[in-house]
Amino acid sequence: MIVDNAPTVLSVKNLTANVNDTPILKGLKLEIKAGEIHAIMGRNGSGKSTFSKILAGHPAYEVTGGEVVFEGQNLLELEAEERARSGVFLAFQYPVEIPGVSNLDFLRASYNARRKHQGLEEVDPFDFEDVVRDRLQVVQMDASFLDRSVNQGFSGGEKKRNEILQMALLEPTLAVLDETDSGLDIDALRIVAEGVNQLANEKNAMLVITHYQRLLDYIIPDYVHVMYDGKIVMTGDKELALELEAKGYDWVDELQPVGV
Amino acid sequence: MGVDLSGLTDLNKADLDALTANSTPGDRAPGKAAQRSTYYAGLLSTVTAATPATDWELVQRLRSQAQAVAQEMALPSTRDEDWRFTDLSPMLAITLRAPALTTLEPAAIAAFAIPEAPVRVVVVNGRFAPELSNLAGLPEGVTIGSLMAVTDRERLASHLGQQGSQDAFSVLNTAGLNDGVVIELERRVQVAKPIHLLYVATADQPAISQPRCLVLAKAGDSHCTLIEDYVAIGQGGYCTNSVMEVVLGNCATLHHVRLQREGEQAIHIGKTAISQDWNSHYTLTTISQGASIARHSIDIAQTGPGTETILNGLSVATGEQLTDTHSSLVLSHPHGTADQLHKCIADDRGHTVFNGRVFVDHDAQQTNAAQLNRNLLLSPKARVDTKPQLEIIADDVKCSHGSTVSQLEETELFYCRSRGLDLATARSLLLDGFAGEILDRLPIASLRSTLASQIAQRINPGSSS
Ligand SMILES: Nc1ncnc2c1ncn2[C@@H]1O[C@H](COP(=O)(O)OP(=O)(O)OP(=O)(O)O)[C@@H](O)[C@H]1O
Ligand SMILES: [Mg+2]
Repeated sequence: MIVDNAPTVLSVKNLTANVNDTPILKGLKLEIKAGEIHAIMGRNGSGKSTFSKILAGHPAYEVTGGEVVFEGQNLLELEAEERARSGVFLAFQYPVEIPGVSNLDFLRASYNARRKHQGLEEVDPFDFEDVVRDRLQVVQMDASFLDRSVNQGFSGGEKKRNEILQMALLEPTLAVLDETDSGLDIDALRIVAEGVNQLANEKNAMLVITHYQRLLDYIIPDYVHVMYDGKIVMTGDKELALELEAKGYDWVDELQPVGV
Repeated sequence: MGVDLSGLTDLNKADLDALTANSTPGDRAPGKAAQRSTYYAGLLSTVTAATPATDWELVQRLRSQAQAVAQEMALPSTRDEDWRFTDLSPMLAITLRAPALTTLEPAAIAAFAIPEAPVRVVVVNGRFAPELSNLAGLPEGVTIGSLMAVTDRERLASHLGQQGSQDAFSVLNTAGLNDGVVIELERRVQVAKPIHLLYVATADQPAISQPRCLVLAKAGDSHCTLIEDYVAIGQGGYCTNSVMEVVLGNCATLHHVRLQREGEQAIHIGKTAISQDWNSHYTLTTISQGASIARHSIDIAQTGPGTETILNGLSVATGEQLTDTHSSLVLSHPHGTADQLHKCIADDRGHTVFNGRVFVDHDAQQTNAAQLNRNLLLSPKARVDTKPQLEIIADDVKCSHGSTVSQLEETELFYCRSRGLDLATARSLLLDGFAGEILDRLPIASLRSTLASQIAQRINPGSSS
């Protein structure tokens, strides 16, 4: 929701970044205020996941210019784990499997790292079970997933739900959801979207990367951006998503200045 | 005709280059061969001099046969295919003696107690120590005692010294065969609590101790868990040369846990030789983390149909440690299954070796055999040598084998960090996960956590990026 005079959560200016010396982001601008839900759409390979990983602090991406300010601090100065503890959360497009590490232990370690940073007391395994059981309902996940290794052997949809479970535990100020809808069946899509809506409030912000309008039927964006060759080239409201769906990206191509 | 699907993977290029640049590395230099023969002959006279006379004809015969074979042997060198990656030259600098008689106070070994396993057989420097052992509470049908005290000697005649192939060290053990531990299980006996077989080295003298154990499970539906555990009290150098023979009668089940946590400067050579009759189930879970040089040879023969063998292994080599596991599994009857997962972690300048052979003979139809060796290289100076070998002659079988070598995955580390865990925590979590897959297969809960923290301490979480 757009709130008057809401504080800025994320401010990105002229962000440029390389992967293996190849420029991927080419001057990205984005401003997100508390309470808002933003969607980013755009062709495969346009740089959406690159942007999300840069926000999360992936060491393989080299920022070559511009700035990223999160709640008033220079995000680019922080290590990945410091960003997570400060309230930046990335739901991965491809969640990672960690064999041999129990999901429950992983969630607790993560939860406590965030709490410690917030100056709160760490939670022991016993109490954590209650916390996590409560959050499981947000994504309607079965408790049996807690005893399994992190994401190992999870179906595509189960992995995505596990990401949202982590988000529900960490209560981030900025949540970046990278194609959380892909691979979900219709019921799971609704469950995940309702989970995200439950977590959205006037203090936090969401950045939802998606290819499909159908997700935006459930998670209603305040702004829709179109990413094109490492930049945001178009911004509108939820109608823009419908227009993209109807017209395709060729329409965006035609609007680009020639020779860029 | 046999199919050999093996491929030797030698994984540290720097080491390879060093080897080729230096055409006569220490172990292969001329003159060493004579030194190895002399050294081995010295060991042979040390272990035989310490052997008291016996009127037991079987033991006499085993000893003299082994002594005759040993005359022709020498300390293995890296020229021997079986010892290619395991250089024993450091042994040449140590004059090993027969261990002096030692008595220990119970308090000295209290820390090694495993709560789930009250029945404990303690062997100190290769000698059975009844005063430290606790054999109360054994169910009826289980006999544990000293080899030399066995009354029905006839029963052991076809088993003792009959299992597995012979190599320089097992021959040495038999040549000096003195005492040992015999564990006998009658048919149908269900041993509810694990039996702890604790080998203590006092590590206060450069001694060679030669533990020997024979486990005999009679035909019939018996069930037992045995923990074979090598520990040290002191810090000095010494050598353990151990032989464990296991004979499983039909339908017997044994979960054998083998913990090698010898002292830092120890040389540990161990042989586990198993024969399994039809429908028997044998599981071996080995955790090898101690000693400066450790070699464990596993030799298993399925001697009847419908037999199951499960091998789980975890080797950890840090500092300058070398840990070598050689396993050989021969399936020669139908409907057998074999499942082996061996994992190695090499950090610092540690070196792990895995050589696993699975042989599926002509008659072993409808066999299901899988072998996997996974290695984790944590430092650029660490080294892993792996050689899984699968030889199949039967045609109606389901077999797989393979090996992988990896570092801690960047993507996994980043995933952990993106959830707020710092690099050191992420690393130790991933390491716990890697080791945990084997530790979780230990049937004793307290060991899982004790060993996990011992292993975590060995591996410095900040040693590489
Ligand atoms: N590690 C990498 N090495 C080389 N190229 C990379 C790497 N990561 C991303 N790229 C390249 O950067 C470009 C942008 O990729 P990115 O994953 O950000 O696209 P995307 O917009 O998320 O696409 P999709 O919709 O398919 O998920 C692509 O051309 C991709 O090949
Ligand atoms: Mg993407």
